[in-house]
Amino acid sequence: MPNTKRVRLVATSVAVALGAGALAGCGSSGGDSGTDSGPVSLTYWSWAPGMDKVVDLWNEGPGKKERITVTVKKQASGDTLVTKILTAHKAKKAPDLVQAEYQALPTLVSNDALADISKDVGDAKGRFAEGVWQQTTLGTDAVYAVPQDIGPMMFYYRADLFEKYGLEVPTTWDEFAQTARDLKKKDPDKALTTFSANDSGLFAGLAQQAGARWWTTSGDRWKVAVDDAATRKVATFWGGLVKEGAIDNQPMYTPAWNKALNTGKQIAWVSAVWAPGTLTTAAPDTQGKWAMAPLPQWSASENVTGSWGGSSTAVTTDSRHKAAAAKFAAWLNTDGTALNALAKESGIYPASTSAQLSGAFLNPPEYFANQADFYTRAAEIAKTTAPSAWGPNVNVAYTSFKDAFGAAAKNRSDFVAALNTVQEDTVADMEKQGFEVVR
Amino acid sequence: MNALAARTNTTPGTAQGPPPRRRTALVPTVTLLLGALYCLLPVAWVVIAATKSGRELFSTFTFLPGSGFADNLRDLNTYRDGVYWRWMGNSALYAGLGALLSTAVSACGGYALAVYRFRGRETVFNILLAGVLMPPVILAVPQYLLLAEADLTDSYVSVLLPLVLSPYGVYLSRIYAAAAVPADVVEAGRMDGAGEWRIFTRVALPMMVPGLVTVFLFQFVAVWNNFLLPYIMLSDDEKFPITLGLYTLLEQGANTPALYTLVITGAFLAVVPLIALFLVVQRFWSLDLLSGAVKS
Repeated sequence: MPNTKRVRLVATSVAVALGAGALAGCGSSGGDSGTDSGPVSLTYWSWAPGMDKVVDLWNEGPGKKERITVTVKKQASGDTLVTKILTAHKAKKAPDLVQAEYQALPTLVSNDALADISKDVGDAKGRFAEGVWQQTTLGTDAVYAVPQDIGPMMFYYRADLFEKYGLEVPTTWDEFAQTARDLKKKDPDKALTTFSANDSGLFAGLAQQAGARWWTTSGDRWKVAVDDAATRKVATFWGGLVKEGAIDNQPMYTPAWNKALNTGKQIAWVSAVWAPGTLTTAAPDTQGKWAMAPLPQWSASENVTGSWGGSSTAVTTDSRHKAAAAKFAAWLNTDGTALNALAKESGIYPASTSAQLSGAFLNPPEYFANQADFYTRAAEIAKTTAPSAWGPNVNVAYTSFKDAFGAAAKNRSDFVAALNTVQEDTVADMEKQGFEVVR
Repeated sequence: MNALAARTNTTPGTAQGPPPRRRTALVPTVTLLLGALYCLLPVAWVVIAATKSGRELFSTFTFLPGSGFADNLRDLNTYRDGVYWRWMGNSALYAGLGALLSTAVSACGGYALAVYRFRGRETVFNILLAGVLMPPVILAVPQYLLLAEADLTDSYVSVLLPLVLSPYGVYLSRIYAAAAVPADVVEAGRMDGAGEWRIFTRVALPMMVPGLVTVFLFQFVAVWNNFLLPYIMLSDDEKFPITLGLYTLLEQGANTPALYTLVITGAFLAVVPLIALFLVVQRFWSLDLLSGAVKS
């Protein structure tokens, strides 16, 4: 029994690595010939609020014409949803469509849960930045999802307090460190920001900006480089700031963190384009006092950012109407009306480049009413997103990160040692799952 | 416990003398008070936080009541056309019906194991004991795969069915039946010509009520708080119990803020039925082993 599992996993991992038609073959063999004859009914697992209203637009518009009805079943987001999809898939009962974060796609594909929809999404590719689209192909000829929203990273700061303390907005990470130290000198009670060991996605985005590529394939084998030079640079940088006490070491998304932002105890936040939504609830009293700038760079000549968050719409191999499902996925994420509704109802920042400057994004978010060009700048920053390289066990790496970096941040100890732990855990898990990994 | 037992034993002997002075045992009292504080503080937090508006939630003093309770209630009521109350209804159905069914099965099973002697009785009981030690969490996925074979997933039945057999409930019922239903009474029933079913329903069951109430309450609370089983089984959020519903409010993806005020108010309201249930059912508990039928 363990042997057969190993063989199957190796086989699928090889298929992913080679981008071979193997998966594409079984993906399209599900019998989607019946789409034109008779009405089709699809189910869609999504966590985006208000998605049912967006889907209604489809059901009353193009869907009615094509006789394809979609029903949304609202789910909770996160790694647990990936587990739920895989469990359902084991029983051949996964829904037709699922919302999936980019870093979850390799996990789903290596479990053969996602169908190749390259033949059914038409010209969707041209609507997205290359780095975004590449995440849904996993570097193969197949297409496993249509990008929905993205989270290009940016630097948020309290404009009023920066002025008060005479601080400049940092454009490089060296300046960022200096800004943190300057602030500590001027007011030891305050901190520029915090290093949050709870948010693996944030660290992954920062590493991505520095040029890290954590999972790559060479031949039919995986190469895991969570501890590559770029990531070590990022870990050393943040570890140094934490150690010298220039920034705080408490996690984000806690009541204490909300309070720190709301009272101005922390005066900046390295975040992504969706930050206004979070700030609205975390720091309601400081509305209008924040400003957004590009992420600091590793060298002054560069202009890249990482991404934190973002998701896509994928079709499962269990769907009996893959072509119809793919058609809906393409409409949802490329059609102007749909994207407008998504922005309005679900508050997403669209992956589609043309939508980033239209409709809902002509005006700045309410929280940033003082920064009229918020979304124009955001769209420019989004273009500079570095490519990412996700692997089949991102969840394991993320969990290991939380444990190792959580301890390191708390003790203000060596971040590089913590990084080595994450690398070891990730490789060990992949080998345990039966993937061939280059040591 | 020991101190208590010792005291009740000595009381009859000293009945003639002056009543013993009630000494307040300082250490146990303080320990219990600390324990109560530890348990009640989070509840107090939820109650107070439920009164705060989103703006007040993280900015005002933790135990200072806020001004937003009415607004929170209204928001919760109107959120997606009152889906919260649907979740509440679902939870009541899962917990109420599930606990009732499971208590019925536990009563039958526990009584049979306590009263009848048959081949394999101890084996069955030992397997049940092993089941008590098995956390239900790890069974959720296999149960899902089983029910998927029967095409029952994503239905009310899929959540109710795995709850019906509760090893702990059967175990407790057996222990209780063995203590509360004397063999003499069963024998007397047989002498008088009553059938086994009649003896069970008319004679034994009333004696087992306090134990069964305990089983019911345990099961009710367990199902009410259950998360993983419905999480795996259900995909339609119209069938979600309250635990799952509140979880979807918290995890809406990175780009949407978690609806903290709604979740906290929702969690507060979800505790109310449990408290009410305990207050109502408590009186059945006051019957104890002394209300048996055989005087010794």
